[in-house]
Amino acid sequence: MVTSDEDLALAAARGDGAAFAALVGRHYDRLFALAWRLTGERAEAEDLTQDICLALPRKLAGFRGEARVTTWLYRVAVNAAHDRRRRRATHARAADGWGDWEIARTEAAAEDRARLDWLTAAMRELPDDLRDTLALTLDDLTQAEVAQVLGVAEGTVAWRVSEAKKKLRAIRAREEA
Amino acid sequence: MADDDFDLEALKASVARAAPRPDPATRAAHLRAAQESFAASQESPGRARQGSERPGTGLWTGVREMIDRLTGRGALTLTTALVACGLLVLTPAGRGLWQPGPRITAPATGSDMPATAAVPAGDTVLPAPEAAPASPAAAAPPADAMPEMATGAFARMTGAAGPAAPAPFIAAPENSLWMPEQSRDSFANAPANPLQVTAENPVSTFSIDVDTASWSLVRRSLNFGALPPPDAVRIEEMVNYFPYAYPAPEGDAAFRPTITVMPSPWNPGTQLVEIGIQGRMPATADRPPLNLVFLIDTSGSMDAPDRLPLLKAAFRLMLTQLRPEDRVAIVTYAGSAGVALEPTPAGEAATITAALDTLAASGSTAGQAGLSQAYAVARQMAGDGDVTRVILATDGDFNVGPSSTAELESFIARARDSGVFLSVLGFGRGNLNDALMQALAQNGNGTAAYIDTLAEAQKVLVDQLTGTLFPIASDVKVQVEWNPATVAEYRLIGYETRALERADFNNDRVDAGDLGAGHTVTAIYEITPVGSPAVLVDPLRYGPGAAPGEESDELGFLRLRWKTPGEGESRLLETPIRAGDAGARPEDAGFAAAIAGFGQLLRGPDWTGDWSWDDALALAAASRGDDPYGYRSEALALMRIAATLADGGR
Repeated sequence: MVTSDEDLALAAARGDGAAFAALVGRHYDRLFALAWRLTGERAEAEDLTQDICLALPRKLAGFRGEARVTTWLYRVAVNAAHDRRRRRATHARAADGWGDWEIARTEAAAEDRARLDWLTAAMRELPDDLRDTLALTLDDLTQAEVAQVLGVAEGTVAWRVSEAKKKLRAIRAREEA
Repeated sequence: MADDDFDLEALKASVARAAPRPDPATRAAHLRAAQESFAASQESPGRARQGSERPGTGLWTGVREMIDRLTGRGALTLTTALVACGLLVLTPAGRGLWQPGPRITAPATGSDMPATAAVPAGDTVLPAPEAAPASPAAAAPPADAMPEMATGAFARMTGAAGPAAPAPFIAAPENSLWMPEQSRDSFANAPANPLQVTAENPVSTFSIDVDTASWSLVRRSLNFGALPPPDAVRIEEMVNYFPYAYPAPEGDAAFRPTITVMPSPWNPGTQLVEIGIQGRMPATADRPPLNLVFLIDTSGSMDAPDRLPLLKAAFRLMLTQLRPEDRVAIVTYAGSAGVALEPTPAGEAATITAALDTLAASGSTAGQAGLSQAYAVARQMAGDGDVTRVILATDGDFNVGPSSTAELESFIARARDSGVFLSVLGFGRGNLNDALMQALAQNGNGTAAYIDTLAEAQKVLVDQLTGTLFPIASDVKVQVEWNPATVAEYRLIGYETRALERADFNNDRVDAGDLGAGHTVTAIYEITPVGSPAVLVDPLRYGPGAAPGEESDELGFLRLRWKTPGEGESRLLETPIRAGDAGARPEDAGFAAAIAGFGQLLRGPDWTGDWSWDDALALAAASRGDDPYGYRSEALALMRIAATLADGGR
């Protein structure tokens, strides 16, 4: 057996750099996968994962071992994703109209999108709250844990999941039509 | 799919199939950023440091630096050993060790203060502050004073890496034991130029190179106590780092070539031909107004003393060199790009300084967004007759988003054609992308410099600002045709990354390096005269043989092509190279030769025979000359360090 996530996290919270490194190294791939499900784009996912990596040390100071480390990590990730969306919205307004480059970039992203599995593409059409919920549900978290990560009631998670399924079904119907 | 509902398991599988794998390089960068952020979060202001580790170097710097200095099998073995060590702490035995070791229960005060991760653990067991070691060598904690786990790790390390590896390892701060991370510095270089037989290949063509980044990288590495990686050594950039007092051009010529032929210091049978080019220094009084856009990387990784704070100090120095009518704008990029300072006349120094002061490092890197915005601002500032330049200051990787480096380069090349140039200043160490910096600056008709100290900033941004910012000749190409009757073999020292095809010389569409006002550029050939015992390649039995009819004492013929900035057509300058040429002052010729020899020693002594580090040092010391800025004295000090490191055994 290996040192548990909780031991590592507590040691890291007390300032042990090696424990921190081990913890982040262990969970990086899962965080990246989650980031990708949350954003649906590789570049965005990379930036989001970096945000998470940079934010973790400060957040870690508040880790008291009440929650599972994965749950806690996912909360950090989801919050970072929200921050990013907010910043992006502001930036998109500020950046209105500068440069062909931004247009070219968006077009390239659109092509990229077309290549992807349609399900993943469809996920991107979901409203943010439904997509976040689904992104977490797809990672072996129980509904109770998802609720904990998102800070909502368990019932809300169940409702959102069924709502997300409904929308995906509608999108598929549209695609097939 | 008959089923009309969504099966979550199917969805999960589908999404898992589509999910990309993390890119290993990005992953490593993120993990390092996390670690730096962790180290930063542990530093509380005002706490006295007991270790010898410099502030802000990050936890893993020690190991990274250490691995840097090991090469080949040694490094590989050691890396493996570090991985083994990483596994060790995750085993059941390792688990318990998280708890009792002094690392975790460390706070001697017994308070809830975070354990002192930034302080080498060895120090925490030292009895009293006065026992704190002063020199890095002494900082190696005695083995018996180290935590048990670390000692075990050392034992494994010794076993796995053999007797050569542990010595440098023990000198490293021992709290960096766990993370086997290679430095992500990447360098632009190519194999050393081969020896050419004049009869087979008499023409050598290359573009001038006025960059000096390689010297700074070498200096930084040596100052840390490690020989630089051979790929970081670009000899022409080392030679060109130093100013040489070549004769100034006459009249309104843009530059003047100076040729010096001298015996080679490292091979009695060969000679060195040094070609020095001195750019004209126009009267600075009538220089055109400048528009500068500082594009500053404020991503999280810039949050180290040798990065953003050094950058701010460097730009403050530079502001003192600007005129009131020059204009300055600042664009930052981190996460999202933004204009931190609208175009402002340099006269309003207070406004500019205030904007600089507000810059803080955070977030990730959105390189290309920043570049686009900087160019947009630059275009808006450009006026008639102005010189407009974007100055990119970064510590490394551009997150170029969906575009490739090639697209980025063509973007910059297009902007260059519209008159906006780009210079690149590199900061920090660890993820410096030297290759990308070079590519960007070369495409932007600019220079790439690496700023590691404020003194270097003074050199690049104050002493040589005019040269850095005002090109006097563009696309300068050099072509030398060697005379097979007098020169049997030749070899161009350095300029590997600047080689051009023979036909490129007369092709004005081929881009080449730019010469700034007052710049000097030096290129050195090692030639073997016909009949010298040092000739390496035997003549062909069935070859055409030396052409006997051409009676000439010329060694070769030098051709230079360049364009006046803004013009499309190149001009040509030609001059013969004769055996008796001695245009440069002996101290300049000798010093350039000493640095070229030093560079070759750093790259590996393929061409320098028995010539030693001490010989290089002696030649440089004898050729120091008046050295008003102290650059050459600094070089001597570094050569001494390199000699010691090399003798200490790689």
